[in-house]
Amino acid sequence: MNKKFAKLKEFIPLYLLMIPCAVYLIINNYIPMVGIVSAFKKFRIMDGILGSPWVGLQNFEYLFRSNDLTIIIRNTLLYNAAFIIVNTIVGLFLAILITEIKNEKMKKLYQSSILLPFTLSMVVVSYIVFAFLSQENGMLNNSILKNHPVEWFSDPTWWPLILIIVQCWKTVGYGALIYIAGIVTIDRSLFEAAAIDGAGKWKQIKHITLPSLLPSIITLFLLSVSRIGYSDFGLFYLIPQNSGTLFNVTATIDTYVYSTMMAAGGIGRSAATGLMQALVGFILIILANSLVRKLSSKDAIF
Amino acid sequence: MIENKSYQITFNIIYLFIAIIMILPLVLLFVSSITDNNALIANGYSFFPAKLSLEAYGYMLTNSSTIVRAYMITIIVTALGTFIGLAITTMMSFALSIRNLPGNRIISFLVFFTMLFNGGLVPSYIMWTNLGVVNTIWAYVFPFFLTNAFNIVLIRSYFVSSIPKELYESAKIDGAGYFRVFFKMALPLGKPIIATVGLFSCLLYWNDWLNGLYFITDPSLYSIQALLNRMSQNIQSVINSSASSTSVLNLPQASIRMAIAFVAILPILVLYPFIQKYFANGIMKGAIKG
Repeated sequence: MNKKFAKLKEFIPLYLLMIPCAVYLIINNYIPMVGIVSAFKKFRIMDGILGSPWVGLQNFEYLFRSNDLTIIIRNTLLYNAAFIIVNTIVGLFLAILITEIKNEKMKKLYQSSILLPFTLSMVVVSYIVFAFLSQENGMLNNSILKNHPVEWFSDPTWWPLILIIVQCWKTVGYGALIYIAGIVTIDRSLFEAAAIDGAGKWKQIKHITLPSLLPSIITLFLLSVSRIGYSDFGLFYLIPQNSGTLFNVTATIDTYVYSTMMAAGGIGRSAATGLMQALVGFILIILANSLVRKLSSKDAIF
Repeated sequence: MIENKSYQITFNIIYLFIAIIMILPLVLLFVSSITDNNALIANGYSFFPAKLSLEAYGYMLTNSSTIVRAYMITIIVTALGTFIGLAITTMMSFALSIRNLPGNRIISFLVFFTMLFNGGLVPSYIMWTNLGVVNTIWAYVFPFFLTNAFNIVLIRSYFVSSIPKELYESAKIDGAGYFRVFFKMALPLGKPIIATVGLFSCLLYWNDWLNGLYFITDPSLYSIQALLNRMSQNIQSVINSSASSTSVLNLPQASIRMAIAFVAILPILVLYPFIQKYFANGIMKGAIKG
């Protein structure tokens, strides 16, 4: 008994070191998990989550009866699918091309420039997009589309394209860098041997670079698929300037969760939406990870 | 050889074009901020304005109190959030890096589980509101961003792989407890990874506008991003709360908004050439998973 205690005593400093982070995770992550019961309650602010009355599945019924649910699920899935495809292709292109460039100084310059948008906040990006698209003052309407101005912030036609471009511009540098890291580890002698055998650039890319990158491509792909129910709230909330007429093409699950939470009496519906999102996300990430583990176990996240 | 050279020229031309596309939007932001307001209203935002003017920056200097305060709040929040976050994250990572710690497996799992499942926005919002962060500077620091399982795992694996076990053993023989080992060995040895995580944390806090949106309604507590966010909805209410009403009409609004946005990213642009290498390394190491 004494010996056991003496052994534990040695570890006491470690438990003390854990306390602040543990407290934070309990407050920030675990208590809100319990708070998920708010999806089954009619929330009243003075009663708190636990004191508010149970309403069973009423919040969910509400949700399923409105048209909003179909729209936000459709948008979230389709935008994510488009982002995954565009980011993978453009990211691979940028990564393969940059590793072909011999001049180290230019290489650095290029790499810095493709990563720069990644460091900007979405609010600033929304200002830049506004400078391009504003109805009255926008660069496009005043300089290029002088004769056929477009009411960008009330015309839904172009929004899928706009959001795909903005998203790609802002985040593609991140994916490209991961691919660059993968290409750098490929054995140079493979390329030299291929070149001696007379394989051109395109053949080398097709038969050496892409197959070597396959594990990281698949990993990034599966991880994005596991987050297909989530969207970048800032992208969909700020870039369209929260314009109501664009709801059909810019609302996603995350913007809906926020706007219903802020609307009178919407908290229950918002919590119900959030709960479904979290559950689907949970199932998908477990599935995606077990697939990654099968394909290349070192890339699995757990 | 000749073929090789023509390849290089083509690749460079293509990449130069890509680099310009990546940077051009920022150029538009900057040029808009130094465009004369009348020229701007007549011809819109443009890469080639009819007339340049520093009016927007002049206005900012004479009415600098709002912006300076927002800037100060952002700096304080970034420093606090990064420091507290790094402290609690490294302490947890270090403890979990000791494999024979009783309870390690279950605690690691509980940390890790936060990556897989979350309660969603509503319960978190109610939780932090009940804790009284609304309209305090802590609303920017504590909710959501202080630490996360990815960073804990990342730093832990760094400790596991870079600190040789023998070092612990010899420290123990010398009679040093885990506190001493943490401060005297783990922290100095872990510097590279701690710096990387800290860099991304700084960026996260500097750019955060969400906590401002959720929890701050008092204009005197706006951070620079919160200020920009509110301003895009209603520029007068933010910028001109102190100035006289006659000057509202004369405000170079269209260029001021761009000037403030540019000032908000200025520190990033100035530091970027020096830190971009660490950013790139951090992403390659998996410092943040998109």
